[in-house]
Amino acid sequence: MRTILSSKLTKKEFIEKVEEISGQNVFACYHCGKCSAGCPIVSEMDLLPNQVIRYVQLGLQDEVLNSKSIWMCASCYTCTVRCPKDVDLAKIMEALRVLKLRQNIDMSRVRDLPSEDLESLPPIALVSAFRKYTP
Amino acid sequence: MELAYYPGCTVKSTAKNFEISAIASAKVLDIEFIELPRWTCCGTVFSLASDDVMHQVAPIRNLLRVQEMKKDRVVTLCSMCYNTLKRSNLLVKKNKEVLDKINNYMYEEPEKYQAGVEVVHFLEVLDQDVGFEKIKQFVKKPLKGLKVVPYYGCTLLRPRDVGIDDAESPTIMEKLLKALGAEVINDPMKTECCGAYHTVERKHIIKERTYKIISSAVARGGEALVLSCPLCDYNLDKFQMDVAREHPGFHPIPVFYFTQLMALAFGLDESALGLEYNYTDPKPLLLEKNLLGAGSE
Repeated sequence: MRTILSSKLTKKEFIEKVEEISGQNVFACYHCGKCSAGCPIVSEMDLLPNQVIRYVQLGLQDEVLNSKSIWMCASCYTCTVRCPKDVDLAKIMEALRVLKLRQNIDMSRVRDLPSEDLESLPPIALVSAFRKYTP
Repeated sequence: MELAYYPGCTVKSTAKNFEISAIASAKVLDIEFIELPRWTCCGTVFSLASDDVMHQVAPIRNLLRVQEMKKDRVVTLCSMCYNTLKRSNLLVKKNKEVLDKINNYMYEEPEKYQAGVEVVHFLEVLDQDVGFEKIKQFVKKPLKGLKVVPYYGCTLLRPRDVGIDDAESPTIMEKLLKALGAEVINDPMKTECCGAYHTVERKHIIKERTYKIISSAVARGGEALVLSCPLCDYNLDKFQMDVAREHPGFHPIPVFYFTQLMALAFGLDESALGLEYNYTDPKPLLLEKNLLGAGSE
């Protein structure tokens, strides 16, 4: 995967917004990789968790907000609990999702599900999916 | 002992077995669950955006109901409800501005939430209020020969400030199951995520998690998984047949709520176990171990 780095592409306002919504200092991360090592959904991701935070540090807004990774995240908190710098990566992932959703974009595909599926799903599954994927 | 009880949406629908067995086994321990009046869904997940106050209203409103009951503690069964209620509560305890905003929003309520309620999970009540030594005394049918694998998932243990036990090496469920007479098997995947809400749109993720987690339990000699979350239960139980079709060597095992095993060990009648709601039929295993049928009260 080819990523072009240039100071012209670094969006400083993006980094500030992510830090504000997540309440985290993204520059505290020193890329030990423990988050990616523990992530249960890593096989579904295009950017690894530690790559996501690196991209945020570099201000690469479009690459991160268009990645699959932030939607594959299951908010399991394994990354946060293992981070040696106490960076709450789960909150950073949520901030990234929220930045996309607040553009009034609906990331849920629930309408495409067959009705038998919807009927057997426990409410807890539907409500949490709606909370994470809809604005 | 009377405890304010927050059920949450799912124990009233697909996880009835959890509630039925919990209320029944709590009664044996002289604990009565008093359900909150007019409770609503807690929101299932704690909103992680620091500027989002709106999604904290639902959990806080439920805690207000506890306050209105003149109780200062509320117990939950569902791990996700526990996590959401506890984290919202911690947020408003630390941040008065957010608490004021929420109270102002709920201006139609006769009382303001004072952030004085404590949220506990039923396992904590069993550990701290009852004690596992005392629980042993109520066991009429020890789960002898039943090899169980405690599975915690995420929301009971993480993040650390709300976890009921150590986030990497918890032992609370192991202590309970040992007190019930079962043979407990330690599985390193006990704190792995089940895939959570991906069960709605990305079932392949759930099937892969089921395959990994259940195979790990079986490889260590586990005959049943024991857990505390209706979402984990749905994810790890419902798709076992599908996974068996896709992976020829896969061996399905029953999945129990810890309260079902408590009710069983306390010698309660089968109607208190709610086994008909389990997806993978647990009866063959229980019959094989002589835990069903003769000898129940």
